[in-house]
Amino acid sequence: MSRIKNCFDKLKTKNRKALIPYVTAGDPDPGITVPLMHAMVSAGADIIELGVPFSDPMADGPVIQRAAERALAHHVSLRDVLAMVAEFRQQDNATPVVLMGYLNPVEVMGYAVFAEAAIQAGVDGVLTVDLPPEEADELVAALKSQQLDPIFLLAPTSDDERIKLICAAASGYVYYVAVKGVTGAGNLDVRAVADKLAQIRKHTDLPVGVGFGIKDAESAAAIAAVADAVVAGSALVQKIEQAAAQHDRIKTEIAGLLMQMRAGMDV
Amino acid sequence: MPEWVCLLKAGVINAKNAKKKLFCMKYESKVANVSQPENMKVGDKLIGQAPDDRGHFGIYGGKFVAETLMVPLQELQDAYEQYLTDPDFIAELDADLQNYVGRPSPLYLAEGWTRYLGGAQIYLKREDLNHTGAHKVNNTIGQALLAKRLGKTRIIAETGAGQHGVATATVAARLGLKCVIYMGAVDIARQAINVYRMKLLGAEVVSVDSGSKTLKDALNEAMRDWVTNIDDTFYIIGTVAGPHPYPAMVRDFQAIIGREARQQIQQQAGRLPDALIACVGGGSNAIGLFYPFLDDKEVTIHGVEAAGDGLDSGRHAAPLCAGRPGVLHGNRTYLMEDDDGQIIETHSVSAGLDYPGVGPEHAWLKDIGRAEYVAINDDEALQAFHDLTRIEGIIPALESSHALAYATKLAPTMDKDQIIIVNLSGRGDKDIHTVAALEGIEV
Repeated sequence: MSRIKNCFDKLKTKNRKALIPYVTAGDPDPGITVPLMHAMVSAGADIIELGVPFSDPMADGPVIQRAAERALAHHVSLRDVLAMVAEFRQQDNATPVVLMGYLNPVEVMGYAVFAEAAIQAGVDGVLTVDLPPEEADELVAALKSQQLDPIFLLAPTSDDERIKLICAAASGYVYYVAVKGVTGAGNLDVRAVADKLAQIRKHTDLPVGVGFGIKDAESAAAIAAVADAVVAGSALVQKIEQAAAQHDRIKTEIAGLLMQMRAGMDV
Repeated sequence: MPEWVCLLKAGVINAKNAKKKLFCMKYESKVANVSQPENMKVGDKLIGQAPDDRGHFGIYGGKFVAETLMVPLQELQDAYEQYLTDPDFIAELDADLQNYVGRPSPLYLAEGWTRYLGGAQIYLKREDLNHTGAHKVNNTIGQALLAKRLGKTRIIAETGAGQHGVATATVAARLGLKCVIYMGAVDIARQAINVYRMKLLGAEVVSVDSGSKTLKDALNEAMRDWVTNIDDTFYIIGTVAGPHPYPAMVRDFQAIIGREARQQIQQQAGRLPDALIACVGGGSNAIGLFYPFLDDKEVTIHGVEAAGDGLDSGRHAAPLCAGRPGVLHGNRTYLMEDDDGQIIETHSVSAGLDYPGVGPEHAWLKDIGRAEYVAINDDEALQAFHDLTRIEGIIPALESSHALAYATKLAPTMDKDQIIIVNLSGRGDKDIHTVAALEGIEV
């Protein structure tokens, strides 16, 4: 069974929701990423979304754009990210890891080569934000042949027809983008999210994660009340930026915020 | 056993060539496995065949965007398809092109320059005489009319040289729409006059400081704006790139260049030309000229990319000549990228060609062999800029100067009774400061 399904099944028996932190691999330098992943698990993360830096992050706001620029200043490549996951797996064989990024680095490596390398590194799921299901047949086939979960985005603009299409292609979980905008955008409307999740659940039994606009214990708790998973990205990456490359401070700050979110969600 | 291990054992690939070989095989297999229109040969009917209903030109094009944009793109496609055949819309568009833009633009036999080059007769399609000084307005007029039909109140656009920004700000001013233009900080510095023109026209010009601070980053930022403000905002993309339906829609608005030229050359010379030449950045002026001639297989087609300091220098903007396929800005096409799939910075003396991608239809025309793509370096373009100015009294844009420079190579290899049409896509007023600075002159 995939680590992702296993994770959601286990949480369900405990009546808990998944906390999914996102950080960009190699931000602010490659040495921090694996220790930070372990620190996030200790602080209550259930699944880790690891960002693959890309030169043109069209769907990201300024906070995650700058994270990608910091990582790329160290020339962090997709192969480097896979090596980080492999290193993480030496100590943690349970926590699912989802790679999140853009299609082109995967395209250049080649879908089959990438899927093979990803499963060997210990990756569980892959989310390419600029790849809608209409263009994804080949990559989905390559991922599924290696038992990797293709994760897809759903948006406020997705209608019933698209929700069906996306959920049919996805496995593991689906990721609902709670606001129209880029990562780090504000103004989360929990009631609108609840309504959309009800619409999504008419079409799928997959767990539904919600991200964009979750920045503290309060917003995490509000989303945990209606979703299966809470995804936090820009709020964490902002902590990394503020900690100015001090590794201990980064780990402490991120763990602190995750523990607050966890406490809010588990009330 | 994974495919690449089998290939390695079979000796098809080795450690040295593995990456390139696997990449090529992947695309060859895609090309081989698909039916119409991907495996079309030159000579088949091409007009109206591509893209398919998902926006694919062979393996290129498509819609590679985050989910939030998929429904808005479908709405745009539906609207575009509806209005393209709507007599009222077409009548309004035609009237604007005639009375506001000044179309048809002349097709001019450059006799002095023809004599100077000593070969084929060279006709210039004078897009530089359009209102706002370039071909860009053909497209912005069309998209702005669509925006009005869709009830959008806010227009956004990206711009490199500033020509598309000016053309967008112009139509927004005329229709009373709010207008925001995204422009890389580097381009703002080298195109100060166009920045001021946009501001005069009432547009807000937003400086983009991310990435390489040029056109590609301006496009990223415009996309981010669009995804955030989808309800009231219409994004006017300025070239034949981006997610479907933009490459097809912009082509259709620009194809008036080729339709006019095809008619004009038959009136003036009594026959079709032997060759077409146009510069290619994103490729909108080129596809506009080429498209109506695609089925005239006796007409050779030449797209000219920017070789910057030279293709061997690595400092250029020639993805078709020296790049490889990948996915950026919503479509699959030839890109300038490194081995990790990161987009690399480009260089050209002309801001309008300084872009790491190219329209997917050009990628397709290259692969099927219908068009040839070459590159001209900065020095050659500057020489053509001066030559045309002195010999014909026409100051061309630095972008168009790349097409002119290739004509100086092609024309002498042809007979005197043969004909070349060069798309003079824009006028050079905006480039005066750039050229003067390169020559150490303070204006």
